[in-house]
Amino acid sequence: MIELSNVTRSFGSNHVLRGIDLTVAKGQSLVVIGGSGSGKSVLIKTILGLVEIDSGKISVDGVDISRAPRDAFLARFGMLFQGGALFDSLPVWQNVAFRLLRGSLKRPRDEAREIDVEKLRRVGLGAEVADRLPAELSGGMQKRVSLARAIAAEPEIIFFDEPTTGLDPIMSGVINDLIREIVTEMGATAITITHDMTSVRAIADTVAMLHAGKIRWHGPVAQMDTSGDPYLDQFINGRADGPIPSVR
Amino acid sequence: MMRALSAIGATVLAALAAIGRITLFTAQTLSHLFRPPFYPREFGIALLQIGYFSLPVVGLTAIFTGGALALQIYAGGARFSAEAVVPQIVAIGMVRELGPVLVGLMIAARVTSSIAAEIATMKVTEQIDALVTLSTHPMKYLTLPRVLAATLAVPVLVGVGDIIGIMGGYLVGTERLGFNAAAYLTNTVDFLQTRDVVSSLVKGAVFGFIAALMGCYFGMNSSRGAMGVGRATKSSVVAAAVLILAANFILTEAFFTL
Repeated sequence: MIELSNVTRSFGSNHVLRGIDLTVAKGQSLVVIGGSGSGKSVLIKTILGLVEIDSGKISVDGVDISRAPRDAFLARFGMLFQGGALFDSLPVWQNVAFRLLRGSLKRPRDEAREIDVEKLRRVGLGAEVADRLPAELSGGMQKRVSLARAIAAEPEIIFFDEPTTGLDPIMSGVINDLIREIVTEMGATAITITHDMTSVRAIADTVAMLHAGKIRWHGPVAQMDTSGDPYLDQFINGRADGPIPSVR
Repeated sequence: MMRALSAIGATVLAALAAIGRITLFTAQTLSHLFRPPFYPREFGIALLQIGYFSLPVVGLTAIFTGGALALQIYAGGARFSAEAVVPQIVAIGMVRELGPVLVGLMIAARVTSSIAAEIATMKVTEQIDALVTLSTHPMKYLTLPRVLAATLAVPVLVGVGDIIGIMGGYLVGTERLGFNAAAYLTNTVDFLQTRDVVSSLVKGAVFGFIAALMGCYFGMNSSRGAMGVGRATKSSVVAAAVLILAANFILTEAFFTL
């Protein structure tokens, strides 16, 4: 279980997170929605320790993340970055098997390669992609390789940052289905950040809306359309008129 | 008046803050030196990139500099009938001063810029964050191998540069200025002292350390976007060049006047 309690974070005078309280149950798929610049990416980066919080507390399975042994803590996580964040000096298979080639999860090279091919197959890519460089792949293929890297070490918790940004609707659907299948199959806890309402409906068990540095609404995806919250209603229906100013 | 003082104060504070940040960065880098895991493959690649692939530019710089130095010393020496000192002055000039400084500056241009641009691009494309999420410390994986490789490779490059520079002077001296080949080499070898060579190699190690460290520091601290990468690259080369010249003065003072 991931718990955030009164988490705040500012960048200079920009108060991005103003007291976040959020709980994600084990095995649950939470989707965080919110306007551009609302702090969604900062939120998941605080959980990973990539961005330090100013105040509040974040715990995973009851353990305060600031006190958890760093390597063992991070070994429980996988993350799909918005732009893929593949290492462009390494071939695809070494990107996917990065964690398996070094550190505490190190495996023999042949075994790591086998796992890589299996994970690539899992995201719909053939073994012939393994020796290519990331720059030789299309955007959709790069996203899938990044997804394969996120799940390669079979993490307990996976974060997806804008998994369908920049992809065509068909490829977005493929990625959404893959995320849902993988999360269900692995029993992982997942937090996804997206603006794409199709993705929200495909991936989420629960939805949280981030607005003005706080969680505006949090509930099951089935109740999202009937929440009665004017902010959420405006956001999910993509209306210019409403309490959220269109010029921000 | 107050505005001018305030501007000076702000500049001094900013400079002190930058010195503090670079010192902390250096300490963090060195703290990983004896703590596993180690990344020998990254170290090997860095050694190849910084050392082996810099040989052509170092060789070309050194041979032209050695040749030009011989011509200048001959022309200058002729003013007081001291043309015969060309071999000795070329040797001392190349080994003590021009070899290490020119190699250091060429490394700043070629290696510092490349490291800064690569790491800054990794930062703006979230590859550094990805490293962290994959349980890999960026300082250990990116910074330490490059700094270590440069500290070990640049003295070798300086040694090669010194020899090629002396050979540049030898070629000009024997082919253009009429020196006897055997006498030129004998004068060169006899004149050089161990301290000259040691100072050259120590300077190389310090300059290599500075060059790689500046590339890594400015790359890791780059701001967003293409402009951030450009600024990091430019600042890293300027900082490395200035620090190399400042370190050269301090080392020269330490080796030859204390």
